[in-house]
Amino acid sequence: MTDTSDSTFASFLDAIEAGNPFYLTCPNDHGSLPPKRICPECTEQTLSKESLPETGEIVTYTNVAVPAPRFRDDSPYVTAIADFGPITLTGQLQGVDSDDVQIGQTVQLTVGSADGERFVAFERP
Amino acid sequence: MTAFGEHPDRSGRDLFAEAGLAALEDAGLTPDDVDEVFYGNFVGTLSENQGHQGPLMSEAFGSTAPAKRIEGACASSGLAIREAARVVRNGEADVVVAGGMERMTNMDTAGATASLAVAADALYEVRPGVTFPAAYALMARAYFEQFGGDRTDLAHIAVKNHENALVNDHAHLQTEISVDDVTEAPTVADPLGLYDACPISDGASAVILTSDAYAEHHDLDAPVAITGSGQGGDRMALQDRDSFAKTPATRDAAQEAYDDATVVPDDIDVAEVHDCFTIAEVLALEALDLYEDGEAIGAARRGETTRDGPLPVNLSGGLKAKGHPVGATGTAQIAAVAKLLAGTHPRADALDSPTVGLAQNAGGTVASATVHVLEVVE
Repeated sequence: MTDTSDSTFASFLDAIEAGNPFYLTCPNDHGSLPPKRICPECTEQTLSKESLPETGEIVTYTNVAVPAPRFRDDSPYVTAIADFGPITLTGQLQGVDSDDVQIGQTVQLTVGSADGERFVAFERP
Repeated sequence: MTAFGEHPDRSGRDLFAEAGLAALEDAGLTPDDVDEVFYGNFVGTLSENQGHQGPLMSEAFGSTAPAKRIEGACASSGLAIREAARVVRNGEADVVVAGGMERMTNMDTAGATASLAVAADALYEVRPGVTFPAAYALMARAYFEQFGGDRTDLAHIAVKNHENALVNDHAHLQTEISVDDVTEAPTVADPLGLYDACPISDGASAVILTSDAYAEHHDLDAPVAITGSGQGGDRMALQDRDSFAKTPATRDAAQEAYDDATVVPDDIDVAEVHDCFTIAEVLALEALDLYEDGEAIGAARRGETTRDGPLPVNLSGGLKAKGHPVGATGTAQIAAVAKLLAGTHPRADALDSPTVGLAQNAGGTVASATVHVLEVVE
């Protein structure tokens, strides 16, 4: 396993697990995700945490048949990108049959784990 | 260039030596003539446990000229050719080698899949299981949703590029396939199947750039010139982009290259574009302004980008059939366009006195892109 640890990313996942997901916002209301020291839209350096809307909407997805090695026992699995308003997130869709996924469906955030590394995941509300 | 394909028992240095020496011989030059080397490579530190590959690869073809390894995922040697062109045009060097090499098949499929995935965002994309095909599948579905199109449209791109590669003895896959072969192939990440994806290849490529004055003074046969160079960038992760169905890094690179060469898209006679997956050729043609957004999906199906069409695309076979030894791809595209313009490529007979060609190379999900315009020297 490759170490990609980052304390602020870990705190982002901790917050999802605690039921209080957040995103970063700048004075111009641009959303972004940690770790960030500067707004990628406008370069403002004053970033603060805001509560993330509880649900997002799937904007694209794929049913992955040839898995990443860490998920070899879980394939096929669905990865999706979901729009949460101020930010958009990539996650693995869990607990949903791959034939039952569509663009526009509502998901909420959760956290998955594989080989001891946590990741952003989605589930049905 | 070497033949692209499976060379699991050959070292990277041996592959690059073959490509570099062949390029020098073709140019009528010797290793001692080389002023500087720009070498593209993506995962050599993983596949060969070998860092510091710049001087190693230069030594392989007999040079100790200053050398740099450049990494930009699948655009590594597109970046190398751009830097090489820059130093020649700036008058800092007269003879420069630009090239690249990748070894992939000495790793198993799981290892290659994991290695290719490092071009994506390690925290937000790789962790939840986004593989390289999955990333392009996310883009393909978003494209279908926004503009329409289907797997059959994409299949025609694969069929075209395989057909183009049939006479290219450097191509990894010289096999004719049908639309049904593509649409019925096993799924990799839907809507993309096995034949929507380029193969995992080993190989090396190299090109020699010289200044106009050097070529003239030494009476070199240099029939094609790089007249335009551009590079574009974008947010790294797909999720942070405004659209998943457009690639503005290629658009920015193209605009810069067109302006640099003082050409417009209508001037392009032939193009080699970065078709790591069939959908990538569609995204490239639209970002290059060779097609309106939403129109390139049907280009191969309508016979417009086939070799008998008005704008042949990927006559070499593209990444799809020629193969994609990642770090070697950008300079292999340049070599293909140069040979097509010079009339020495096995598919050159598809073109009627071409004068302007284009090569587009992309890294990751096109967070990096380079575009080069090549023209026949009058």
